[in-house]
Amino acid sequence: MVASTSALRDGAVRPSRERPNSRDGRSSRTSIARFLPVVPSILLLALFMAGPVIWSVTISFTNTALTGRNAKDPSWVGFENYTRLLQDPGFPVSVWLTVVFVVASAVIGQNVLGLVIALLLGRVGRVTHAIVTTIVVGAWVLPEIVAAFAAYAYFADDGTLNQLLAGIGIDGANWLYEFPMLAVILANVWRGTAFSMMVYEAALNDVPPEITEAAVIDGAGGLKRLIWVTIPMIRGSIATNLMLITLQTLAVFTLIWVMTKGGPGISSTTLPILAYQEAFKFQEIGYGSAIAVVMILIGAVFSVLYLRTLRPGRDA
Amino acid sequence: MRFSRVLAGVATVSAAALAFAGCSPAADDSETITIVYQKTDGFVALDELFQKVKPEFEAANPGVTVELEPIVADEGDYATKLALMQQSAETAPDVFYEDTFRVRSDVDAGYLLNLDDHLAEWEDWEQFNDGAKEAGRADDGSVYAVPLGTDTRGIWYSKSVLEAAGVALPWEPKSWEEILETARAVKAASPDKVAFNVYSGKPAGEGSVMQGFGMLMYGTDDTLYDADEQKWVTGSEGFVDSLAFIETLYGEGLAPAPDVALDGSMWQKLFGEWFPGGQIAGTIEGSWSPSFWKQGGSYEWPEYVDDIGVAAFPTQNGQGDGAVSLSGGWTLAVGAQSQNPDAAFDFLAMALDRENALEYNIANSQIAVRADVAEDPAYLEANPFIGFFTDLVSVTHFRPATADYPQISAEIQAATEAVMTGQMSPEEAAAAYDEAVIGIVGDENVTQ
Repeated sequence: MVASTSALRDGAVRPSRERPNSRDGRSSRTSIARFLPVVPSILLLALFMAGPVIWSVTISFTNTALTGRNAKDPSWVGFENYTRLLQDPGFPVSVWLTVVFVVASAVIGQNVLGLVIALLLGRVGRVTHAIVTTIVVGAWVLPEIVAAFAAYAYFADDGTLNQLLAGIGIDGANWLYEFPMLAVILANVWRGTAFSMMVYEAALNDVPPEITEAAVIDGAGGLKRLIWVTIPMIRGSIATNLMLITLQTLAVFTLIWVMTKGGPGISSTTLPILAYQEAFKFQEIGYGSAIAVVMILIGAVFSVLYLRTLRPGRDA
Repeated sequence: MRFSRVLAGVATVSAAALAFAGCSPAADDSETITIVYQKTDGFVALDELFQKVKPEFEAANPGVTVELEPIVADEGDYATKLALMQQSAETAPDVFYEDTFRVRSDVDAGYLLNLDDHLAEWEDWEQFNDGAKEAGRADDGSVYAVPLGTDTRGIWYSKSVLEAAGVALPWEPKSWEEILETARAVKAASPDKVAFNVYSGKPAGEGSVMQGFGMLMYGTDDTLYDADEQKWVTGSEGFVDSLAFIETLYGEGLAPAPDVALDGSMWQKLFGEWFPGGQIAGTIEGSWSPSFWKQGGSYEWPEYVDDIGVAAFPTQNGQGDGAVSLSGGWTLAVGAQSQNPDAAFDFLAMALDRENALEYNIANSQIAVRADVAEDPAYLEANPFIGFFTDLVSVTHFRPATADYPQISAEIQAATEAVMTGQMSPEEAAAAYDEAVIGIVGDENVTQ
């Protein structure tokens, strides 16, 4: 939602700045005509995106359930679901786990690892490049349920990891039970790094070689070049990438559900899992929707943050 | 203004979508009845029953097509999927498999058809015992579902494992403490075996209440639900004690390791590997257990007849009747939105007639609810434990028959999981449960 407003602003504000006379009648007719081609896509967005969002916001103010009298005649309960959520001792835990999951697996894991791999790929031969890319992208092209099951089979008590460890004489832990968050974070890093890597590879290709060369002549070493030249040049891509992977990771459900079902207890119950549990296990659709709305808000906060701090063409 | 234009657009497109949906061949639907039921790796008896009834029914009712729609899922997911199918007349089933404890709740939700008129004309109805007739009754006094059978629960133990631990047979524990003592003896004799299993945690679903917490709770001096006052009981000593028993069992490593127990498919291991392999001493399980081991079952193990022993589950300190059991069972119901309720009921009646009920009760090791089936020699000889578990009916309890029960059951499951994993003490988990119950039923429906 935030992304589309900024796109509109970029599309609408900038040209008007270039053409100060755009406020007369003739050109306002032109702008309506120009607006026409995007009408279908706006309608589709409204139907398939705004529709469900409005629906879940509305339902979050009711006590709609899947069974019992509230399934037949749900009633309006105002902010009751939200006040109940704030009093739920599991909710702060869930918010914290979600933040840990997003920061560790996306912001740090996928983002940094993706950048590092992309940088290293710029220096290797074609064969190595092809091999590494295939391996990394392999995890990404798998359907989510398949990737989730592969990760489960890897971390399970009698899974691949512990068999490998047993091969070198180490008695591995029961990862999914003792370290559920670590397991799902590593699994998400494994699955999602390819996306960041590809974004950064494309961005790095656009950095003009003359600028890097100039920095070399000025005597800048590898790390300095990265910090002062490369990163500022690809700042826009970083912002876009961070925003996309943050929103993706906030919504990760299948991976965690297959690996741990949010357990043991609530030790890996992130917000999507909590929303699912409340809506479909405890059958309280209204309460589950309230959690979903909170997730939308958290996603919006992250997006605004990225847009404000890392918008391209804005001096830091 | 722009916003209203967008809204108008949304309305137009939605209307078009609805119009398209309306064009689907609704006219033919009245001649087709859909049957929705659960089917799993370990539960195929109902699928076999319907596969057999379908051609018979279609032959007897020319022009009507029966569509079988098995849902392959565990009980919790089955209930969720069924509830979602009920949200639209397009997907709502005509006949479906429904757990007795969900009947009242789903009647309140408007999913089940009132069967009073149909039952009045069905001569087989008088064969059903009174308990069975109650199972499908809702708060308004009408019957909405017809039971396939019922069940009771008790202790199943491995004679060989207990013998190896020096426990005298037959094992007949008289209190919780005796169970713990025996379990500790097994653990000391063979530390790698499961000493005693009480189902706990969310993944085991309703089993954590029926083959777990509930068997403990109903053996204390307290109760979950005060049926006379129609109020839920909070802050009871019995609730904390029951959780404490689970904590002891899991904390001392007498039960399966929590990570194994929290795998929803543990019961498959229990029947398929642990008992046949002599890796478990005892468990609380239902009267249906032989259905897995008998010839043609999912985990065939003919030797179970000699190796398995059964005992009634004791009350906390041997008080009251000294033993306790819980009964549930599943029903068939007709969908409230059925286009063809008469054909749907006829299908239900055919699936539950004497011959089919007998076959199903034997195949699924159910306790018969039809008098004519219960006295049939074929039923009585079907497995050596059926007499014992039929007798447990005298000490059995039924779950609180209220519409709130399914939600409260989910809270109990969460409490057992918090305790078995050590995340909460029994007192903390009981307090969290109390709070949740008040949230579900409201202050006025709770008593101390």
